[in-house]
Amino acid sequence: MPSLKDLKNKIASVKNTRKITKAMQMVSAAKLRRAQDAAEAARPYAERMNAVMAGLSASVGNSTSAPRLLAGTGKDQVHLLVVMTAERGLCGGFNSSIARLARVRANELLAQGKTVKILTVGKKGREQLRRDLEAHMVGHIDLSEVKRVGYVNAQAIARDVLARFEAGEFDVATIFYNRFQSVISQVPTAQQVIPAKFDGAPTNALYDYEPSEEAILADLLPRGVATQIFTALLENGASEQGARMSAMDNATRNAGDMIKKYTTVYNRSRQAAITKELIEIISGAEAL
Amino acid sequence: MAVQFDLVSPERRLASVQATEVQIPGAEGDLTAMEGHAPTITTLRPGILKAVGAAGTTSYVVTGGFAEITATGVSVLAERAVPVEEATPAVMESLLADVRAATAGLDDRDAADRAVADLMAARSTIGQ
Repeated sequence: MPSLKDLKNKIASVKNTRKITKAMQMVSAAKLRRAQDAAEAARPYAERMNAVMAGLSASVGNSTSAPRLLAGTGKDQVHLLVVMTAERGLCGGFNSSIARLARVRANELLAQGKTVKILTVGKKGREQLRRDLEAHMVGHIDLSEVKRVGYVNAQAIARDVLARFEAGEFDVATIFYNRFQSVISQVPTAQQVIPAKFDGAPTNALYDYEPSEEAILADLLPRGVATQIFTALLENGASEQGARMSAMDNATRNAGDMIKKYTTVYNRSRQAAITKELIEIISGAEAL
Repeated sequence: MAVQFDLVSPERRLASVQATEVQIPGAEGDLTAMEGHAPTITTLRPGILKAVGAAGTTSYVVTGGFAEITATGVSVLAERAVPVEEATPAVMESLLADVRAATAGLDDRDAADRAVADLMAARSTIGQ
């Protein structure tokens, strides 16, 4: 049986923890709103881009002159997995769900005899994957100094990936991130970016292209990769805050339950101590 | 007699207004889009994009991207676009640095120099 003082300390410490988790929850709620706004604002560009690219790739895609970014290298031996996670923890299963998906994919590919290379964005994913896949890691992009993810960050990642592709380091690139569905549900997603795939419905109108379709496509494909990465970064940002918000909400509720439980125990043992003292006094008086 | 003009950058929508004509610095020459224009997709070169509407003319400095023109609308997807009023010398310097960095890796030196020269020309047009 812990002493009364121990219990009191315990309650005080849980109360402090509850204050912190509550504050974190409110901070993430505010950040979530901002992240959602950013994702919302970026949508028109990504949608237009996708639609135009889908139209272009549908008309150019099958010809032999299609750019390598679209047609691929003709092999799928070397896979690059771009694993995008958060820089910070305390956000429930956010980071581990991405890492798990990436790990499953990596092991699948390895079992098929393919070569796997891993590029991590965000410290948490690297820490988790380093345990068993360290040998496959080829790089890491640190975003811990970045307060607000901007298009420049996506461009930097895209440039890195494209430079590796140009150098012939891999055949297929896939990005891993959490798609934001709601505060309580984020969907770990794997999306192939090279060779490029566009799921948007191609526009029906017949366009004149200036310069030629091939030239436009060659100009746009690298931007398309950057846009896809940017969208993924934003989705990830919103997901992270959403996940943290619900994790901290749970933690706050748990702390409340714990305080209630310990307070009951505290009151009960205080009562027991009083009763014991009374009995001692009464039986002392009776003995006289 | 108006077209829907949208100017979007990856991070946000910069403009979405009705315009009577939009002057676009296309990669193969300037063009003006008005209502009923044939559907066209063109890439942009660095330059000045003008949207003429009922409320007057709005100009933007753009460094690249592409424009999608249909009979009823013009959407310009620009990687970076700055309203001319906000294009201070410092902003122009950063745009120039961007273009230089983006074209540094090109094998086609001609195209790279042209992009930089285009932006320089745009800068002198707006009087800097």
